[in-house]
Amino acid sequence: MSEWLENHLPKVVLAPSFIAVLIFVYGFIGWTAWVSLTRSKLLPKYEIKGFIQYERLFDSPRWDTAINNLYIFGALFIVIAMVLGLLLAILLDQKIRVEGAIRTIYLYPMALSMIVTGTAWKWILNPGLGIEAMVQGWGFPNFEFDWLVNPDYAIYTIVLAAIWQSSGFVMALFLAGLRSVDGEIIKAAQVDGIPTWRIYTAIIIPSMAPIFLSAFIVLAHLAIKSFDLVIALTGGGPGYATDMPATYMYAMAFSRGDIGQAASSAMIMMLVVFAIVVPYLYSELRAKND
Amino acid sequence: MAPILDINNLYKNYGATEILKDINISIEPGDFLVLVGPSGCGKSTLLNCIAGLEPITGGTLAIGGKDMTHVSPKDRDIAMVFQSYALYPTMSVAKNITFGMKVRGVDAATQEAKLKEVSSLLQIEQLLNRRPSQLSGGQRQRVAMGRALVRDPKLFLFDEPLSNLDAKLRVEMRTEIKKLHQTLDASIVYVTHDQIEAMTLATKIVVLKGGIVQQIGSPAEIYNNPANLFVADFMGSPAMNLIPARTERNGTGTHISIARDSGSPITLTDSRDLNLPQDVILGLRPEDIAEAGFRAGAGVQEAECLVDMVEPAGADTYVVSELGGKQVTARLHAETSAQAGEMLNLAFDMSKVSYFAKETGERLN
Amino acid sequence: MTDLSMPQTRTQSAMGKIALRWLLYVLLGLFALYYLMPLFVMLTTSLKSLEEIRTGSLMSLPREVSLDAWKTAWSGACTGIQCEGLRPYFWNSVLIAVPAVAISTLLGALNGYVVAQWRFKGANIIFSLMLFGCFIPFQVVLLPMARLLGIMGIAGTIPGLIFVHVIYGLGFTTLFFRNYYVTIPAELTKAARVDGAGFLRIFWSIFLPLSLPIIVVTVIWQFTQIWNDFLFGVSFSQAGTQPVTVALNNIVNSTTGVKEYNVDMAAAIIAGLPTLLVYVVAGKYFIRGLTAGSVKG
Repeated sequence: MSEWLENHLPKVVLAPSFIAVLIFVYGFIGWTAWVSLTRSKLLPKYEIKGFIQYERLFDSPRWDTAINNLYIFGALFIVIAMVLGLLLAILLDQKIRVEGAIRTIYLYPMALSMIVTGTAWKWILNPGLGIEAMVQGWGFPNFEFDWLVNPDYAIYTIVLAAIWQSSGFVMALFLAGLRSVDGEIIKAAQVDGIPTWRIYTAIIIPSMAPIFLSAFIVLAHLAIKSFDLVIALTGGGPGYATDMPATYMYAMAFSRGDIGQAASSAMIMMLVVFAIVVPYLYSELRAKND
Repeated sequence: MAPILDINNLYKNYGATEILKDINISIEPGDFLVLVGPSGCGKSTLLNCIAGLEPITGGTLAIGGKDMTHVSPKDRDIAMVFQSYALYPTMSVAKNITFGMKVRGVDAATQEAKLKEVSSLLQIEQLLNRRPSQLSGGQRQRVAMGRALVRDPKLFLFDEPLSNLDAKLRVEMRTEIKKLHQTLDASIVYVTHDQIEAMTLATKIVVLKGGIVQQIGSPAEIYNNPANLFVADFMGSPAMNLIPARTERNGTGTHISIARDSGSPITLTDSRDLNLPQDVILGLRPEDIAEAGFRAGAGVQEAECLVDMVEPAGADTYVVSELGGKQVTARLHAETSAQAGEMLNLAFDMSKVSYFAKETGERLN
Repeated sequence: MTDLSMPQTRTQSAMGKIALRWLLYVLLGLFALYYLMPLFVMLTTSLKSLEEIRTGSLMSLPREVSLDAWKTAWSGACTGIQCEGLRPYFWNSVLIAVPAVAISTLLGALNGYVVAQWRFKGANIIFSLMLFGCFIPFQVVLLPMARLLGIMGIAGTIPGLIFVHVIYGLGFTTLFFRNYYVTIPAELTKAARVDGAGFLRIFWSIFLPLSLPIIVVTVIWQFTQIWNDFLFGVSFSQAGTQPVTVALNNIVNSTTGVKEYNVDMAAAIIAGLPTLLVYVVAGKYFIRGLTAGSVKG
């Protein structure tokens, strides 16, 4: 008995976690997938009815808004955060004297909860007393900055806050990438008389392709899951103007009592995440095994 | 007396790949067995199988007369020294050495006594309170050996213990390991890819290639009578000359003719009673080819060869000449007057020649 | 000609370099202001009176520093019908985070140790499956988890939230420890096995003493994740068991009475303080966790 235990202890130790993951990740995904194919409303039903929930989802104008918002938010958030992150990383890579302190300042928002970030920006952006009032007070009475309450522009306030929160992290990723470029290559280029900006565009940045990919994956992942920030900043409003898939799912699950819709929207979110993450993880794991 | 290690028909597979095939090895107490072969030949896997760190797929394995095929490493009465030394990084040298005893519940007084004994034997008393990271390569090596010695096991296993040391230290430690073996009369299985290490340390050598035993024997046997072309080529530095030749039986002796790109073939006669096929590979070590007049004996035959290259190496001078399409090396005395591009009379000691089959590479004589 | 012009160009380029350097520092400083501005605004607003907020400017320093808003935020603000401030919810978050961090870190260490050092058939597949679990959008498990917590009788309780955080933190903690332990040579485990030590003894005597850096990274990562969590908190808690993030959101969005921006800001700072503190004290490990979580290996 003790001999058996000694030989199988590693498996015994790993088993509970593995079983937990099997049930609570894969089993639960299965449950959600199943329910998304039923007519479940307030309570789950288990009789498969086909893709009726998905049809309802794609017919819903609110879901349509959520998806559109995800596109706008995702594209702007990812592109701007990456450009800004890269810019900051390159600026910081110039042998700056107080680099440590500056890095700390750029990165601290990442330690904050999205709810805290949302609360802060909600206050800063509120038209009555925030930036708008401040600029008006500086002698520009016609200055208008009411994006937070304007259905056409509210989504951009979320982009603004999200970039504030995450761009420092992208900078940290890129900075690590810049630092990992082989110093001898750069010295060789300097000896060849290549100007600094050319060294960046022709040698360093191309060699960081994997970091761009990682940053993209992380940001895309954050964009699809974004929930807290929307709730704290706009609550999905005005109206449904800043709804996102995650807030849509939550509303269906916990306030509208429409489990079928909640399940199908969750499944769509997961498929989008998997479409991005699976090829990446696959190539990562393969590269490791080679 | 029962063999200290007895391996019978051992097989080891990883999935569908056969790593070790039908291994049969037996050593007596006090033997120093060296497993030698190129990287990937399975020698380290075999050592791990002996230690019980890898389960074996087929066959049996006994240590000290007891079947150990399915016994876990801790109960095999072995100790092991690793290539990276595998010292426990957070423990002091003393703790590293006594950890095994502590785990086995040996009382503190005995631990202390053993530690003292071993550390004075290895001259590491002054290091006992240091961390592994504070030690030099050679010191780590000593501590790793101390950890093995303190256990006083039936069998010591060494997995390429010297390969992380620089050349000078390697030679020193090699001597020291040999001395330890002699003073302790320990039984050792030692893995290396370095054939010089194998020759200097072993009482018995196993040459492995592709998971198959090529030859088992004493260093002299392996060196003088390699079982096949692989062993002939692998053991010895510079390597044995392996020259394609044609044979013709002539009474009790054999005429051997070796083609040359430049000039006519040379012909030598081996007077031993041999039964050889027409095409063979002739194996002759560099030291068995000398300058004419510097070697005497019944089998010595002379032939004039064109010197392609002269390489003085201090104690000896190596001369390279093309024979049978191969660069053949001869080991001459240091004061030779051989000149590249000139003809030189070389003496071949035909009594030392090994013959190998052209197709199979197996030894013929 | 050439000889004369040489020094001149050199001074010019040197001056250009100094100008560039200045520009660089100005740019870096402006960005620093951008990142610091919200924190500055939060802090000053929280120290102003409502009257001053209404009449003054967003960026101005408080004329009169008042800690009233902080007091209200801590012990008097309304999160709906209850008006006990953030304090009870802050302690809820502590009660959730401490055990959840401890349990998920310990399990992650053991799992990582198995996956990295005791490879058995299928261990890699198990690890890949666990790794995938890190990336799922949690929306996909919200509904069944809500039901399961109900069945287990821990719906809306703190143990329920601990359970959820442990389960969905396992993937990352295992990943952290696994990536750390694979860099430790397998010969160390082999040596210890030959020395007679078993699975747990090797973990306890050899691996755990080596693990301090990765334990710090993992604890910080898990603590930040769990403290800042909102989705699980809002989905699986009820009045009285809500974590601080949920309570903060409720304070800010509570519709009763006058909007007290200074209280909102004080509450936001209180809610953000623990993770901010961790970041300031152990920023190096925080960044290591972030990058390890995104760029594996």
